[in-house]
Amino acid sequence: MAEAPIIAIDKVSKIYGNANARTVALQDVSLTIQKGELVSLVGPSGCGKSTLLRLVADLDTPSQGAITINGHAPEQARKQREYGFVFQAPTLYDWRTVERNARLPLEVMGRPADTWQARLDKMLAMVGLRDFHHHYPWQLSGGMQQRASIARALSFDPAILLMDEPFGALDEFTRERMNMELLDIWETTHKTIIFVTHSIAEAVFLSSRIVVMTPRPGRIAATVAVDLPYPRNFETRESPRFFELVTQVRETLKEEFVGHA
Amino acid sequence: MAESVLSTTDPRAAGSGTPRWLWLLIGYLVTFGIIAVIWEGSKAIFAIPDYKLPHLAQIVEAFFRPTPKGPTWLILLQDALYTAFEAFVGFTLGSITGFLIAALFQRYAPVRRGFLPYVIASQTVPIIAVAPMIVVGMGSLGAPPWLSKSIIAAYLTFFPVVINVLRGLESVDRDALLLMRSYAATDNQIFRLLRLPASVPYLFTALKISATASIIGAIIGELPVGSTRGIGVQIVVGSQYNTFNPGFLWATILTAALLGMIAYAVVALVERRIVRWKRPEREV
Repeated sequence: MAEAPIIAIDKVSKIYGNANARTVALQDVSLTIQKGELVSLVGPSGCGKSTLLRLVADLDTPSQGAITINGHAPEQARKQREYGFVFQAPTLYDWRTVERNARLPLEVMGRPADTWQARLDKMLAMVGLRDFHHHYPWQLSGGMQQRASIARALSFDPAILLMDEPFGALDEFTRERMNMELLDIWETTHKTIIFVTHSIAEAVFLSSRIVVMTPRPGRIAATVAVDLPYPRNFETRESPRFFELVTQVRETLKEEFVGHA
Repeated sequence: MAESVLSTTDPRAAGSGTPRWLWLLIGYLVTFGIIAVIWEGSKAIFAIPDYKLPHLAQIVEAFFRPTPKGPTWLILLQDALYTAFEAFVGFTLGSITGFLIAALFQRYAPVRRGFLPYVIASQTVPIIAVAPMIVVGMGSLGAPPWLSKSIIAAYLTFFPVVINVLRGLESVDRDALLLMRSYAATDNQIFRLLRLPASVPYLFTALKISATASIIGAIIGELPVGSTRGIGVQIVVGSQYNTFNPGFLWATILTAALLGMIAYAVVALVERRIVRWKRPEREV
């Protein structure tokens, strides 16, 4: 490819524990992601997908290998606030209203206070929380809480969004709606997104590319380019190609399991 | 009884037509009635003499007995206010000290390992034995008489604050911390924006304990010979003249108990005004 990848993961391994009890969470994982891609990491529990995301975010350090983000090491990328992270739990601060939660990174990063309001109004409107600026987290549903946490991750306008099973705790209907909203956000903001999920359907619906991972040891089994056209909508989920891709990902996972049984 | 004063909205009461305060009042009257029946009943059944357990009427009467300086209730009120002042100074001093110690312990683990045992040991020392030394010692240094009482109150106050606030500062959710890390937040920012606000409910739990403990501390400080003012002095007087005036000792005890309840209630009210972001729950 002509352009340098925004994220490059080169032969990364992550080993937990000591000589007696070693867990290989990731083994020899290599992956490059181009600017503006929406890449899903999909796989069963223990395949290292969340670990990989945390290594990219410098919330943990690899045992071997190297990661570069925009040409920087993860630590430097973190310090330059190049990514926003969304956890599976909304992780809102209970004592802050929605708006004050969303502006937390702006406070920490010392962005000029007179620029906050316009930015927050825009982000909260984008995630559909226009009328909930002054609500406390406990007053919101799970889906709304997660919307607030997405607004928080976008508030400081990072180029990259790292999402760790953000909709995993939501019910099916809410999750599908959130998927649509995330695609809207992605299409308007042109962020690069890494999205961790254990739902194959969610991965196929959202991604431009799917990275299929398998456990023991955690590694990449296959990458699947998703050729479903954007913008995607409810019909996408019912198209034959959608089912073909879901099946293709599932078969990859199945083969890997049978092969390692 | 103290709990029911401060319980938050009861959904059952809120839903029905009867206002909440009326339910509370009925609750108090019923509880008081039960206590009165047990009190007077056991006095009658076991033939307990007045100097061991006076009639409730004698206690009420003691409040209204005239003295050269005015009715007894007014004297007790003045002494209670003096004790409240000593306790408040001690409470403030102890809470601030306790908070600073907790913050220091949270920030510097070696300091905590080194000093936490001494903080715990400080509370195993029988305060009743140490109190006269503090009172006499500080008196000989020329400190105002109330200050030694406040110091004792502070001594009992700071401990719950240290333990609870320390726990609160460390109660922070793992992902909430990682979030701060993802913003490359400094330790000071993490303290100010995350640990500190997260510890506030723990702080108030401690302050409710400390509020009553500070009253106890001030009273203990007033017990040694030489004290002239405070509800503790009246308790000593009451126990000395108990055989002649059996209601009076109980009147002083009741006044002290009331003081402790008011202290608790004030903290609980402040808490309700400050911690508004919490999901309303039924709590004690």
